[in-house]
Amino acid sequence: MTDRYVIEDRAKNTFSLSREALVSSAVFEKEHRAIFDTCWIYVGHASELAKPGDFRTRHVAGRPVIFCRDKAGAIHALLNSCRHRGATVCREREGNARQFMCMYHGWTYETDGALKAVPGPEAYGAAFDKRNFGLVAVPRLDHYRDFYFACFDHDAPPLADYLAGATEYIDLVVDQSPSGRMEIIAGVQEYDVKANWKLLVENSVDDYHLPTVHTTWLNYMKNAGVNVRPPKEEGLLLPSKGWGKDLGNGHLTTDNVNFRGRPVARWISIYGEDAKADIEAIRRELVARLGEERAARIADTNRNLVVFPNLALNDGSSVTVRTFFPTAPDRMRVTAWCLGPAEETPAQRARRLDAFLTFYGPGGFATPDDVAALEAVQQGLAVWREVGWSDMSRGMAKPADAQLNTDEGHMRVFWRRWSELMDRAG
Amino acid sequence: MSDRRNTASATREEVEEFLYREAALLDAWQLDEWLALTTADCGYYVPPNDKPDADHRTTLFTVADDHARLVERVKRLKDPSAHAEYPPSRTRRLISNVRVTGHDGDTIEVAANFVVYRFRRGDDRREYVGHYRFKLRRENGALKIAERRAILDGEELGALGAVSFIL
Repeated sequence: MTDRYVIEDRAKNTFSLSREALVSSAVFEKEHRAIFDTCWIYVGHASELAKPGDFRTRHVAGRPVIFCRDKAGAIHALLNSCRHRGATVCREREGNARQFMCMYHGWTYETDGALKAVPGPEAYGAAFDKRNFGLVAVPRLDHYRDFYFACFDHDAPPLADYLAGATEYIDLVVDQSPSGRMEIIAGVQEYDVKANWKLLVENSVDDYHLPTVHTTWLNYMKNAGVNVRPPKEEGLLLPSKGWGKDLGNGHLTTDNVNFRGRPVARWISIYGEDAKADIEAIRRELVARLGEERAARIADTNRNLVVFPNLALNDGSSVTVRTFFPTAPDRMRVTAWCLGPAEETPAQRARRLDAFLTFYGPGGFATPDDVAALEAVQQGLAVWREVGWSDMSRGMAKPADAQLNTDEGHMRVFWRRWSELMDRAG
Repeated sequence: MSDRRNTASATREEVEEFLYREAALLDAWQLDEWLALTTADCGYYVPPNDKPDADHRTTLFTVADDHARLVERVKRLKDPSAHAEYPPSRTRRLISNVRVTGHDGDTIEVAANFVVYRFRRGDDRREYVGHYRFKLRRENGALKIAERRAILDGEELGALGAVSFIL
């Protein structure tokens, strides 16, 4: 392995990324320890566990986890592995449980993880204490405004500190709900991309690629009456101005003047004439609740936020919550949901879901082309021995607070943090 | 709907012939000719793998196109800038177990199983397995597609990656 993955020269404005970071098995192995075992990792959303006993099983940083609400209403993230011989004790995707029973020998656990019963207890010695054999919870679990994160590092800072400036942008999403309650809508998109997971971090916030990768989406928007021509301002490649921002601790976001349709207060013809008055009413509610300035901030700007290392909240044509884990150096598994205000009317909900599909997801008008781009990068990276470095210096000559969403300043934020954590792990 | 007279009917042979012709057009990327097989209110749906029976108005689908978006989808797929499908995938659709499952007014309900193989240069063969639910209607005597639902059997899309062509 090379000893440096990122070489930056601020005097010369160069930023080079070792392509080995995107292809190497050793890097892939080390990331588990250096990144996924030290950072706060997204697990799920409180709305997915509406009632006591509700559970969802999923993989978090390579571990099978039961994300559940116990009988008393408390939320847990339990490692889904029987304390007896290791089998997963809950094998269903989701549901409501009174208890979790291991199918192998029948050890049974409460919904808070406590061991309730084992068949034939008399065969165990007097020292066997059920209290020592509950399902083990993830070492740390905490939430910010219903987004639950786990951390496998006992020494990591608290979640609120970890999230740093990202909370401001999570707030811009959550405040779209009059009650401050957003919910995950049914229907999950789970798909593999044959590319290194870090390429999706870059892609989630890289607006430089929009005019080339998403030509057909821009044409679709144009056909729906959206002005997609960049204004005559030097350096603008997109229909509106946007920034790339450093939110601290490796978190980053785009922060764009909106030009696209948005279910929260920007009507386009795709939504139908009937929706016009309703979207005006949504805007009025925002203004009444939050004031003109805050309402405009929420509705007239959009953003793709990355919470380091692997959670993206894309608040554009709708809101998608997207997380992704590496399964190999050149492969990741993506899980994506649609998020919306809990109190939406049926018509508003239908519009949000429809707007989602104009852009996002494996059948959307844009995401499949992103996937094609990432897979093309991964194929090209096979030359890493001959062409060892990628250039990520775009915008570097400008001050940090002048980085556009089409520059690479926000992506450099990710790579610096990634590099720092990899170095720290030794 | 028992109070409506069933005015439509079709034999399995006619429906099979129709589905085979549709499959041939899609495999040949004759998308305009394929679009001509749809009614002006046609919907095309691919439900999410975890909720195959859900309603697209309350559940996030993989694809939920009304006719206007279907027209845009065809435009997109014919554009060399639709990178996920350029060069166009080679596909081969095998359709079987075709059944006329019901009639509702002027609508004929049809179910069929499918395997769609998809090939791209330098990529693994991908196999999309599932079943179709069609609603067909006659216009000037000819069968047309009023609704087309492609329901995948996989628990997740997983290695299939995307549904970037018309499934």
